Amino acid sequence: MKLVMLWTDMLVWGLVIALLLWSWVISHNPQVKKIWHTIFKSSIAMASSVVLLFYLLFTLLDSIHLRLALPLESQKSQVVEYEVEMVSLLDLIFEHNIQNTERTYSAPFATAEYASSIVVDDEGITKQVYLPLKYVSTKDDFMKESLLALGIGLMLSLLIVAIHIWWRERSRFILACQEIWRGESDLAWRTAYGTFILLVVTFTWLYMLSYSYHVLGTDKVGGDVLYQSFKSIRTGVLIGILTTVIMLPVAVILGVSAGLFGGWVDDVIQYLYTTLSSIPGVLLIAAGVLSMQVMMDNNPTWFETTLERSDLRLLFLILILGITSWTGLCRVLRAETLKISQMEFVTAAKAFGVSKLTIIRRHIVPNLMHIILISVVLDFSGLVLAEAVLSYVGVGVDPTMHSWGNMINQARLEMAREPMVWWSLFSAFVFMFILVLAANLFSDRIQRVLDPRNKV
Amino acid sequence: MLAYIIRRLLYAIPILIGVNLITFMLFFMVNSPDDMARAQLGAKQVTPELIASWKEERGYDKPLFINTKAEGFAQVSDTLFVHESLKLFSFDFGFSDSNRNIGADIKERMMPSFSIALPTFMIALITNISLALLLVLFRGSMLDTSMMIVAVMIMSVSGLFYIIAGQVLFSKIWHWVPISGYESGWDGVKFIILPVMIGVFAGIGSGVRWYRSIFLEQINQDYVRTARAKGLSEIKVLFGHVLRNGMLPILTGVVVIIPSLFMGSLIMESFFGIPGLGSYTIDAINSQDFAIVKAMVFLGSVLYIIGLILTDISYTLFDPRVKL
Amino acid sequence: MKMIIQNVFLFMMVLFPLHSGVWNNPHSEEKSASNTLFTSFSLSPKRLDPVVSYNANEWAFIGQIYEPPLQYNYLQRPYKLEPLTLTQMPTIRYLDKERQEVDENDERVVYSEYRLELRKDIRYQDHPAFVKDAKDHLLYASLSEEALEKIESLDDFGQKTTRHLLAEDYAYAIKRMGVRQNHSPILDSMQTYIVGLKTFSDDITKVAKEKKSEGEVLDLRAYDISGVKILGDTTLVIEINGKYPQFLYWLTMNFFAPIPWEADLFYQQKGLVSKNLTLNWYPVGTGAYYLAENNPNKQMRLVKNPNFHDETYPASDHEDAEKKLPFIDEVIYSLEKESIPLWNKFLQGYYDASGISSEAFDQAVQISSSGTMGLSEEMQEKDISLIGSVQPSTFYLAFNMVDPIVGGYTESSKKLRQAISIAIDQEEYISIFMNERGMAAQSAIPPGIFGYEEGKKGANTVVYDWVDGKHVRRSLAFAKQLLAEAGYPNGISTKTGKPLKLHYDTAATGPDNRALMDWYRKQFDTLGIQLVIRATDYNRFQDKVRKGKTQLFSWGWNADYPDPENFLFLLYGANASVDTNGAGINSSNYKNPAFDKLFEKMKTMKNTPQRMDIIRQMLKISREDAPWVWGIHPKSLALSHAWYRNVIPHAMANNTLKYKRIDAALRIKKQKEWNQPVVTPLIIIALLVLLMIFSLRRIYRNRQNRVICQEQGAC
Repeated sequence: MKLVMLWTDMLVWGLVIALLLWSWVISHNPQVKKIWHTIFKSSIAMASSVVLLFYLLFTLLDSIHLRLALPLESQKSQVVEYEVEMVSLLDLIFEHNIQNTERTYSAPFATAEYASSIVVDDEGITKQVYLPLKYVSTKDDFMKESLLALGIGLMLSLLIVAIHIWWRERSRFILACQEIWRGESDLAWRTAYGTFILLVVTFTWLYMLSYSYHVLGTDKVGGDVLYQSFKSIRTGVLIGILTTVIMLPVAVILGVSAGLFGGWVDDVIQYLYTTLSSIPGVLLIAAGVLSMQVMMDNNPTWFETTLERSDLRLLFLILILGITSWTGLCRVLRAETLKISQMEFVTAAKAFGVSKLTIIRRHIVPNLMHIILISVVLDFSGLVLAEAVLSYVGVGVDPTMHSWGNMINQARLEMAREPMVWWSLFSAFVFMFILVLAANLFSDRIQRVLDPRNKV
Repeated sequence: MLAYIIRRLLYAIPILIGVNLITFMLFFMVNSPDDMARAQLGAKQVTPELIASWKEERGYDKPLFINTKAEGFAQVSDTLFVHESLKLFSFDFGFSDSNRNIGADIKERMMPSFSIALPTFMIALITNISLALLLVLFRGSMLDTSMMIVAVMIMSVSGLFYIIAGQVLFSKIWHWVPISGYESGWDGVKFIILPVMIGVFAGIGSGVRWYRSIFLEQINQDYVRTARAKGLSEIKVLFGHVLRNGMLPILTGVVVIIPSLFMGSLIMESFFGIPGLGSYTIDAINSQDFAIVKAMVFLGSVLYIIGLILTDISYTLFDPRVKL
Repeated sequence: MKMIIQNVFLFMMVLFPLHSGVWNNPHSEEKSASNTLFTSFSLSPKRLDPVVSYNANEWAFIGQIYEPPLQYNYLQRPYKLEPLTLTQMPTIRYLDKERQEVDENDERVVYSEYRLELRKDIRYQDHPAFVKDAKDHLLYASLSEEALEKIESLDDFGQKTTRHLLAEDYAYAIKRMGVRQNHSPILDSMQTYIVGLKTFSDDITKVAKEKKSEGEVLDLRAYDISGVKILGDTTLVIEINGKYPQFLYWLTMNFFAPIPWEADLFYQQKGLVSKNLTLNWYPVGTGAYYLAENNPNKQMRLVKNPNFHDETYPASDHEDAEKKLPFIDEVIYSLEKESIPLWNKFLQGYYDASGISSEAFDQAVQISSSGTMGLSEEMQEKDISLIGSVQPSTFYLAFNMVDPIVGGYTESSKKLRQAISIAIDQEEYISIFMNERGMAAQSAIPPGIFGYEEGKKGANTVVYDWVDGKHVRRSLAFAKQLLAEAGYPNGISTKTGKPLKLHYDTAATGPDNRALMDWYRKQFDTLGIQLVIRATDYNRFQDKVRKGKTQLFSWGWNADYPDPENFLFLLYGANASVDTNGAGINSSNYKNPAFDKLFEKMKTMKNTPQRMDIIRQMLKISREDAPWVWGIHPKSLALSHAWYRNVIPHAMANNTLKYKRIDAALRIKKQKEWNQPVVTPLIIIALLVLLMIFSLRRIYRNRQNRVICQEQGAC
């Protein structure tokens, strides 16, 4: 076994480390800590952040890629050879689903194929029958299995919750439990734990049953939709997070310098973003994606496997989305910087001869933090949704990559079938909806706390 | 005022040159003229001679930026970029790769786009504002909170899903409207009902939230409190003061997009088979018709800049404090 | 409350009369009731110039408008040619170097001469280009600026007239083909056949360039091709280099449709070009229909040509036999890019015919107990009929024969290709991706073309065994054994010890492609071969194939004409892409001298048993070399409503519209029956809205009262 890092893996892990560092830093700043405290007082914010963390967990699981060693008997040399295709931890978890591909469509929990096929029986008579599925076992009772799964899920989640409470409030464990149960804790822990338990139980149920059934059905070539939906999480989350992360430094640097320095710097930066933002977004993205494809075609040595190829394409897509989406934030930041730099404390600092860099660090950036934060969470959901539309136009992620956009796109054709094949669309819809809803609710809360205009 | 507008228009020129440069670079990176020729001449039996003559006819055999064969100034001016850009600035979009006059096509396709986009825009504006006012009226109540959650939910669904569901429900199952198509004039109403409704509904979530936040900001101002203290009914306060004073921030957001309505909606038009500029653009992207894409990018930028100027003008009209 | 109910009623009253009958008819009621055919097109035609267009979707229009000298008989199978604008089939004379007539099979044959005798009763559609003034000059050939300003469409010309078809019109069309600036796709191949076309083309291209730079019009009447002679008004003679029996098939294609010189001059006027009024967009033909409206963005409309010559339905026992064509007065083509709306509109009765997309297949087709395909009950209830036919097309997966791994002619490379050919289960492909609408190919030649053989004789013994009267794919074990013999036991190369990795190029853009790619990967996986998929856009894909930069790729070929030469030349060594700078169509770059020699012999032969023998040998060679995984011949299924009649699939002919018939009364009746709007949800929604308004009003009042009493401190 060999660990392999794809480009996007590195970025996402880098980001996670950066986030951890950042949270460590702000945990020492009482003012910022207080703001976050206020945010998490709301039970909606708590619940949605638990959901977001859950999605992030799957992203991270899917961002550790391995190359498995080839079985030894087929090798002549003693040197261990590795498989060309790589698998992620998530693939290992769902290995049974990858292996057990059916022939074609089957509905959730079905035991036979969705469409009938022609079969010639022993007597030479042609018939139309619903072929049974190959990898569905009905030997255990459905209810019994479900109950078992639910029980295990409940136990597991309660255990984790208990450990977490104990870790937080070692000294007064029982008391804390009571507080949380009654909803009297300072933060909305009750909702958080509730959401957590719900998610874990649902996941265990889906996962345990996926050994005996295709829980969310299968697609046209018999691939398991549940697995696809989970694989798509990484694509969606990556596009949502990395895009904003990539465009953030550009937007902040250009926005702040335009607002602070003025003069020709301001003119150039304004020209730059007015030009970029005056081009209809989709056209710019389409042009970017098309030229990126050319670049990749001309350099087939950049990647070895399909996975690496689609990963590179994802990376480029993220870059292009980043390039096209920094202008809005930049404009806002420039205006805000302009406002702040004319305030008394900044002019005073200038008069004292404090260096510009220090002014930026001490006075300007901290006061822009709330705008940046709001735009990051707001953009996140927009980008996840945009992925679907871009796939429709044909400039989205690689067609071999699992993504909700690709699923919806395919489902459009399936909806026209009669009877309708609804489960792909349904799964993509539910998985996507939960993520975007959580992100939107979270950003709503952040906005309400941070943005003074939103106080009712 | 006039001087200001002229200044703004002059300022638009370098922006448009920049826009041209960007699209030009991107598309010639994507497509060598050979590729374009091949795509346009069809899949079967394309010979190098054919490609050469096609390129020559269109002037695509010129170098992109610097003509090393030419002398003096012509080194820069006798290039593909300068030739193509100059034509654009006189709004001569030339011919598409399928030999149609793009200008004539755009003129023809503007109306269908507009006849979807304008009703969507107007109805959305009215519904969103009235719903937002309603929510502000009942602010803090259960109705307000639950509606806000519904709004977030509406926002969280991909627009593609609304279109698919709408077509299945209203056209396929209930037979209310034709599934897709377009007709100009009054006969066309039956075609535009569904796309307009879907367009309005998909935008209702974010729209209502935005207007609501604008109105809430107004309602906490002193003058509103005074008005209420005078004993004006809540509805009168809303319409007389909150709505009127909320107009200014609304204008900033809204006027900018009015000219761009002509550009149409890419997804909506291609799903509903509307022969507007949106589907024109999608087709051009798919068939890599550089001439059309360039024309559309240019047009989009021009309309956007007009929108910016209009916003500034409307500021002065509605807010006497602002002087240009 | 009473008032509200009244309002609901008023609302309903207003709404209902607006739409009498059905609400969702995308066409006008009036047109639906008339003798009009409603059909669709999914790709906007790019050029309707007969000499340029080489696209099935454009030919669907052009075929109805222009008339080349010959056509295919609508009813007879195998495909048979018959005269269209000629009095009889062309007479052929074989000439030697001195242009003396010799016997057909004589060694000395250098030229063959085709003599075409035109019918005298054929007239063009009415068109302003033909209008002449009192002095016999063309009235609209050189319009002034002011006159042009008033013109937006062809209807803005005051007068229109017609004229008879002349032999020189056919000659004019061939001359137009010679002008390089017109981009005729067949010019280069025709130059090798038509005597004098090459020199003519070189000269006229220069002339055309000069004329264009000087802004003059080009009148091709002044120039002549040595091999195309006009003998009087109705006789045309075309000289061909050597023997080329397939030339007759070319004479059914639009490239050889007549172009009146008046129209060419008319449309060369600059002012018209800028208004999209060109020969490319407004054809002038002698066919059964003329193009009345051309809006490629929305709809195209063909209307019956009042000047159409006498032509009758082919003799048969059909009720319409010997009746005058055409039957339908008007055809409306609407743009439908998406398959889903198209299918739904067909089911609602708003399109008269439809193909079956794979999504709709289950809904439309059932396999009956006897194994034949039949319509599902739902379709039978609607009286829809199903027409199926195997297309004369081949879709194949090609190996690039110049590639160092999969290419080459050594025993081991052959075995590698054969192993892959067996492992790719085309039958499964057909069942998953094509809903059984296709047949696994045994060679390059599809059914319906001379050289195709049914049953055991036509079996590809490399891939199939013949068991109990059926083709049975050889076992995977056998394929694995072949692979081991080729030097890759279990997919691991014996030389390097590394797993074999192959690259598959595709122009994957559609949403369906992921499943397809997964499937391909699975097929190669059964042999232990890793398949790397390289998806690009179509342009780049083509470019790669042309330059031979691929390993594996899928491609297809549709017959131009029903002759084996049209398929086997895809494997002819001299056509190899890499050697011909991308111009050749042998994209797998297959080159086997034995095969090539047989091909050269077979090419000019008539369909005799000897020819069959040669073809058999060729197929055997190619099967063993396996430059292609032979792939699939698609089967096309089409549905049509009960009111649409005389629909007979013909894979070669494009001008079949004139034979078809519509029963509009039945159509309007069925449309009403199928499309009654469901009103209940509308009423429920209206009631809900009213209820909401009502309750909101109450809540508001309560609130207002509460606020007031709070302020007064009363409660």
